[in-house]
Amino acid sequence: MAIEPRNLSESSHGKDRLILPEEAKGAWSSIKENRKSGISGVVTLKSEELFAMARKSSLWPLTFGLACCAIEMISTYMPNHDFDRFGVVTWPSPRQSDVMIVAGTVVKKMAEPIKLLYEQMASPKWVIAMGSCATCGGPYVRSYSVVMGVDQIIPVDVYVPGCPPRPEALLGGVMELQDIIQKEPRKKRGL
Amino acid sequence: MSTDNFNQYVTEEFETKTRDLLTDSSPDIQPVFGELGIICNRSDISSVCKLLKDDPEISMKYLRSISVVDWVEHMEVVYHLSSIEHMNRIVVKVKIPLEDLRVDSVINVWAGADWHEREGHDLFGIEFIGHPDMAPLILYEGFEGFPGRKSFEIPSQETLYGD
Amino acid sequence: METKATVIRDQDSDTAELRINMGPQHPATHGVFRMVLTLDGERVVNVEPHIGYLHRGSEKLSEGENFQQITTLFDRLDYISNFNNEWVYVRVLERAMEVEIPERAEFIRIILGELNRVASHFLFYGTYGLDIGAMNPVMIGFRERERIQALFEGVSGARMMHNYFRVGGVKEDLPDGFVPAVNILLDQLKRGYEDARNTLTESEIFIERTAGIGKLGPEKTLDYGVTGPVLRAAGVDYDIRKADPYSMYSQLDFKIPLGSHGDCYDRYMVRMLEIEQSINIIEQCVANLPEGPIQGKVPRILRPPEGDFFVHGENPRGDLGVYLVSAGGTVRPYRLKIRGPSFSNLMALSSMMEGAYLADSTVILGSLDIVLGEVDR
Repeated sequence: MAIEPRNLSESSHGKDRLILPEEAKGAWSSIKENRKSGISGVVTLKSEELFAMARKSSLWPLTFGLACCAIEMISTYMPNHDFDRFGVVTWPSPRQSDVMIVAGTVVKKMAEPIKLLYEQMASPKWVIAMGSCATCGGPYVRSYSVVMGVDQIIPVDVYVPGCPPRPEALLGGVMELQDIIQKEPRKKRGL
Repeated sequence: MSTDNFNQYVTEEFETKTRDLLTDSSPDIQPVFGELGIICNRSDISSVCKLLKDDPEISMKYLRSISVVDWVEHMEVVYHLSSIEHMNRIVVKVKIPLEDLRVDSVINVWAGADWHEREGHDLFGIEFIGHPDMAPLILYEGFEGFPGRKSFEIPSQETLYGD
Repeated sequence: METKATVIRDQDSDTAELRINMGPQHPATHGVFRMVLTLDGERVVNVEPHIGYLHRGSEKLSEGENFQQITTLFDRLDYISNFNNEWVYVRVLERAMEVEIPERAEFIRIILGELNRVASHFLFYGTYGLDIGAMNPVMIGFRERERIQALFEGVSGARMMHNYFRVGGVKEDLPDGFVPAVNILLDQLKRGYEDARNTLTESEIFIERTAGIGKLGPEKTLDYGVTGPVLRAAGVDYDIRKADPYSMYSQLDFKIPLGSHGDCYDRYMVRMLEIEQSINIIEQCVANLPEGPIQGKVPRILRPPEGDFFVHGENPRGDLGVYLVSAGGTVRPYRLKIRGPSFSNLMALSSMMEGAYLADSTVILGSLDIVLGEVDR
């Protein structure tokens, strides 16, 4: 038996658990009774965890290639690796994006636009630093015009090493981010 | 074993032709590593380039690049020219004293000199007279110093990582 | 019933100039390129390109590196055609030190360089389709590119940043079973090329959107120093592999595709036909791949003689040149200047785009196939 959609502003307001409708409560007890037979239909969990689940399964990264890593990032979207199976769909506007994959060398001239893009993104938002340039400067660590890692301008959640990282490594990074999102549901991010 | 790697781009005939063409400005002309090297006076660069481009037998219509080299005592601007029809290559070099880092722009000869000159201005601080827009191209506004110069030091491994 | 339609022409409508900004974050700019367009209605009046958002200072960095270490920087310059970049760099040192390269190494270089050209053009094909608004080509393009990258990984150990070419030869010999693997790959690529042709080349919508758009005549291309497929699409027969042959190209049989109109469709077509020719070159090389050493005689520490050397090669985007100034007896270059083909190609953008419709601006920019890594260096 399916749960009827409810007005969440009423039900989850200041409470940890979703209030299940009467019918569902009945269903829940019947599940308890029928647990041995393996019949299931209703799960209870904290509302924040439910939202975290939804968030992690539908990450929309900002289409944002900087340098070499961008090519491997595009490869990850393409049929051979198929980012879509993780719910990751590229989106060209920062306003609707959840995650920013900084793929490539961050140059001082580019620092300001990156900051601006990050600020334009709506909370909750996450950042993946892809490749050694975005992590720490990489091969350009001695350059006069390169920012030594994107974490000097915006907070980073996941670092993916490699130069450039293989598509599998980026997939691993996204899975790591999904874990982070699921494990810290109570932590208020951003505003 | 392939021999293609050591192509020669200068024939004697071509060399004499170039000498005849440039008698007025009397630059130093000699073949260097398979190319024809011309060391020319700073004031002549625009006219020499125009002659080299417009002459039908030399026809240096393709400006490959403009590089600046910092020799500490002086600067040098190097023009790599090439001819599409004849496959000849010419390197024109101009010495520029440190006190007066200016040279005539060749943007009127080749439109493609535009960004090469702006880059030279960005990285080495050389003023190309006659260039319409010398705004920073690859560096941002407010960058201090000229990173191409030898005096601009990049941090060594030791200063980066400590002892 | 009679309907009366009023057609408002350009000159009738009251428009004012409008400046809009594109980039540096814009999916159609292929990286971090920024341009400020001045529009009058739908027409582009003026284009102001801004570059430098990926200026990593490779030239200055290379002054502090040993000659062997600089290959890694060249991999990352034009990150779509890495082998071709390395090739030009090692050739400048080979020319300076007059190193002779064994024939097997030359053939390996040509096979890998041409495969990389195919990979690069397939990537262009995919992203150009995306620029036009077609979703399918990018899937086909990357499918084929992925196959080539798998082979590269088998050869060099890396998908993109190979660091495989060495002064005097290549890093190590080809893995076992390379030749049959290439033959299988070429068959797959030919089928992929057929798919590509069926999807875009003969598509009426695609032709409608690209034919006659962004014209650039032979005079203007030369004036700007434009090279590569953009120059050849304008009908100028200039390919360094033929005009100034290096490696073993003078002994190989291939043709240079030429366009006649100099528009976006010709640029696309030249690249597609180059895929055919590259496959042809690889077939010849694989059939004649000799046995023997892969490394010529090179001193352990590279110290090129004093002097300045300029070597260029045909990159998928055009004429990539490296100008090396050696102080003589040092292990580091005194100055290394890189002449990127995209840098010069991009200069011609304004003259192509002025007068075009705003909707065509991404089509024109895409047809140049720029890589910002070598524009900004």
